[in-house]
Amino acid sequence: MTAAVSWSTAHAGPVPLQDAIDGLASASDDTITESVTKLGALDDPRAIPALDALMDDRLRLGADSHAYIWDSKTHDARDALTGQVVNAPRPLKEVEVSNEIRRAADPVLAQLHLGSPDAEVRLAAAKALSTAGSDQAAALLHRALARERDPKVHEALALAIARVDLASPDPNARLAALDIIARSANDDFLSTLQQMLAPGDNGAPREPDGRVRAAAAHARDAIVSHQHLVGFVGELLHGLSLASVLLFAALGLAVTFGLLGVINMAHGEMLMLGAYATYTVQTATHGSRFYLLAAIPVAFLATASVGVLLERTVIRHLYKRPLETLLATWGISLGLIQTIRLIFGAQNVSVANPDWLAGGVEITHGLVLPWARVGVVGFVVVVSAAVWFILQRTRFGLQVRAVTQNRAMAACLGIPTKRVDALVFGLGCGIAGLGGVALSQLGNVGPELGQSYIIDSFMVVVLGGVGRLAGAVAAALGLGVINKLLEPLSGAVLGKILVLVFIILFIQRRPQGLFALKGRLET
Amino acid sequence: MRGNQFVMFLLASTLVAACSKSEAPAPAPGAAPAAPAAAAPADDKGPIKVGILHSLSGTMAISETSLKDVALMTIEEINEGGGVLGRKLQPVVVDPASNWPLFAEKARDLIQNQKVAVTFGCWTSVSRKSVLPVYEELNGLLFYPVQYEGEESSWNVFYTGAAPNQQAIPAVEYLMGKKGGSAKRWVLLGTDYVYPRTTNKILRYFLHSKGVTDDDILEKYTPFGHSDYQTIVADIKKFATGKRTAVVSTINGDSNVPFYKELGNQGIKATDIPVVAFSVGEEELRGIDTKPLVGQLAAWNYFQSIDNPTNKAFIDKWMAYVKKNSLPGGDKRVTNDPMEATYIGIHMWAQAVEQAHTTNVDAVRQAVGYQHFKGPDGFDITMDAENHHLHKPVYIGEVKGDGQFHVVWKTEGPIKAEAWSPYIPDDKGKIANWLYPWACGNCTAAKFGGQAVTASK
Repeated sequence: MTAAVSWSTAHAGPVPLQDAIDGLASASDDTITESVTKLGALDDPRAIPALDALMDDRLRLGADSHAYIWDSKTHDARDALTGQVVNAPRPLKEVEVSNEIRRAADPVLAQLHLGSPDAEVRLAAAKALSTAGSDQAAALLHRALARERDPKVHEALALAIARVDLASPDPNARLAALDIIARSANDDFLSTLQQMLAPGDNGAPREPDGRVRAAAAHARDAIVSHQHLVGFVGELLHGLSLASVLLFAALGLAVTFGLLGVINMAHGEMLMLGAYATYTVQTATHGSRFYLLAAIPVAFLATASVGVLLERTVIRHLYKRPLETLLATWGISLGLIQTIRLIFGAQNVSVANPDWLAGGVEITHGLVLPWARVGVVGFVVVVSAAVWFILQRTRFGLQVRAVTQNRAMAACLGIPTKRVDALVFGLGCGIAGLGGVALSQLGNVGPELGQSYIIDSFMVVVLGGVGRLAGAVAAALGLGVINKLLEPLSGAVLGKILVLVFIILFIQRRPQGLFALKGRLET
Repeated sequence: MRGNQFVMFLLASTLVAACSKSEAPAPAPGAAPAAPAAAAPADDKGPIKVGILHSLSGTMAISETSLKDVALMTIEEINEGGGVLGRKLQPVVVDPASNWPLFAEKARDLIQNQKVAVTFGCWTSVSRKSVLPVYEELNGLLFYPVQYEGEESSWNVFYTGAAPNQQAIPAVEYLMGKKGGSAKRWVLLGTDYVYPRTTNKILRYFLHSKGVTDDDILEKYTPFGHSDYQTIVADIKKFATGKRTAVVSTINGDSNVPFYKELGNQGIKATDIPVVAFSVGEEELRGIDTKPLVGQLAAWNYFQSIDNPTNKAFIDKWMAYVKKNSLPGGDKRVTNDPMEATYIGIHMWAQAVEQAHTTNVDAVRQAVGYQHFKGPDGFDITMDAENHHLHKPVYIGEVKGDGQFHVVWKTEGPIKAEAWSPYIPDDKGKIANWLYPWACGNCTAAKFGGQAVTASK
């Protein structure tokens, strides 16, 4: 009954709007595109929910050939115009959209959103319209510009209008548009400007007015120099992000290898265990939003206890026998990989980014930093600071440094060297576990995860100087940035090779690494 | 002193990396136990042994594991129907662990020690190229179920996946058209090995023939297992300014996950820069959040979403098999193109064995050509006796929010494979035809021509 009532009121109201919305739920792509264009011409924001539903695969075609919005959570059908829950005649057929339709609907949706009370929504709409949109939207843009108060949205709208004005027959309008474009330095306009400046078919420039040509050349140069700047800053930031990954891979090793001198070939597997701990927490909490925060202590404790166990059972018998340690830890690494394979399967497992780490932050036009990478950089800073604090400012740290510098003397002074050894090894492994939590957000999590990081981590520790935390930080930073600066020049494959060659040459010249331990005992 | 230690680590770690790849892991749960190495020679009464050569670990496991599963399902299906020649099929599963030389070793082991009648296997072209000499030397029979770069036709291989003219070329033509977004610039992005390199070579010649200049083509490669796509995605964005740009991705294996994650995080939408992938299907999307990828494209000869009774039966059978064997993933498992190709391949081989009345490779090979099978792709699929490739329909699909594909373009019917691309100048006139009088996979004149026949080796 309610359904019938709501239908009759809907029909009594805006017939063309209702028709256009019903046209969205069509089996034919052409009808959908046509209806989208109609909705653009009607310019009625009441069409927004239906268009949104179309883009998200939520629009359904009822048996009465009306459009309905499907709510997959409550399993309700809503009227596409009024948004009321109605008893839609079944079967409801899914409406499938293609990119062709999405390309037509994007500017229409943006245009409808121009009237939104939310400044953020208006800004996104104006940005979308500055790259696409029909020329007839120009009048709407002018109207929107006149009533816009928010300066950011104002700027974006002016740019959207400038795009339309570039094709204006009035040279003054073109000049004004070019001025706005030059100030925005938005590289979406680059090819249009290049076309304006290029000679046309008859040999004369496409742009007849000399002043406009000069302004276009100026705008082009502004865009190109902005592009260079963005490119360079982008590479530095990407380098920083790679450096944080390298540092996470190496930090734990800097403790176990650097301080204890244990060549731990199973270090990569500690990263892997940390990543699997994250996966386990994710599964146990059913993908809760904050599973990642819970995973941090779990991963640390799990890998640290595996580390202490290893030290107590295997490694302590092998101190001062580096070759045997190497072989034993290699064997442990194979064992751990196989154990994980038996428990979780040989396939990669999927660790999802929580929604607060998905997407990215736009630093400037054309440069987006994904939140996941920003998060890893922040996390590595916190963890490095914590490790530094533990080693330099706590009683335990003092004992560790005493033991590593002179074991016999430390033992004489009553420091329980064996306990310190076990705890340091556990700490190193725990840090690697934290690295695993971070890496699980960027790459794949599989049993062989550690294998792809083990060489990188030894590289960082040895380059930085064994036993120096600051060295590891500097080496990771240097390697990350150099790698990213080389990549655009030489490609990803050759870039990696060049970095390895560089390290070999560097170690030949300076075997002690970047930072060497100074002290009487070193000689 | 420290330097010497470092050299030792480097040596040791490369050694470790190399060795740990070649250790053979235990078969995954659900796999049939491999037969003991010293198997009794095949007799005419016992089961027929069938080799399954897919990576169950390493970077390719994401794609290949389900091919092993579907092969086991098909074998079980055939056995339940009475087997072949009244004998049961016995699967022999080995894991070459995404390690290309190990593929050749395992293939030799399958043929020489296990005495398998046929092998179904390989995904990457580098693994196929690795086993090819083994099959040719020992006169084995391999069914290869994955789309590939063409430029090959072997006497010992049947190709049940697509050649470039059955996948790559139609996909690029689609993106050039109005419906696909009229792309003018092209990013050819791939993993660094033979399939992407050759496919991109063909595509470059093809784009040239359509008037696209080298300035509008950007070619990029990354190593296997690459996980840092920041720079590449930033480059794509920069390259795409101005002209409509499309990305053709031949990235293989688990690198696809970080690549698509980076695309999503950097806010690239399919309506701005469409990405068409040739190695990403329903199975690869299973591990990713597909929301940011809606509208990205894939070109295949089969999609799970194709609506016809044969496909419905195929999917039902697969889901029942997954449930019965409680395979990992459970009801989230999907079907995809290479799985369908595996399914068709095994059935065609079984039909050919019935027809030839023997498992003898030479006899079966003659019988496989011209075999028909009603495929889940909705068509009666034929094996081409001349070039050993299937005639296949082409579908182009867009990713939906649920990880399935919405078909936006398809051919009217199956099209014949071109083993040698007509777009590569060096290959002009090359013929793959195993019938008399040609009888070769790579020649410009018939081997048994009318004139003096000099066997040109």
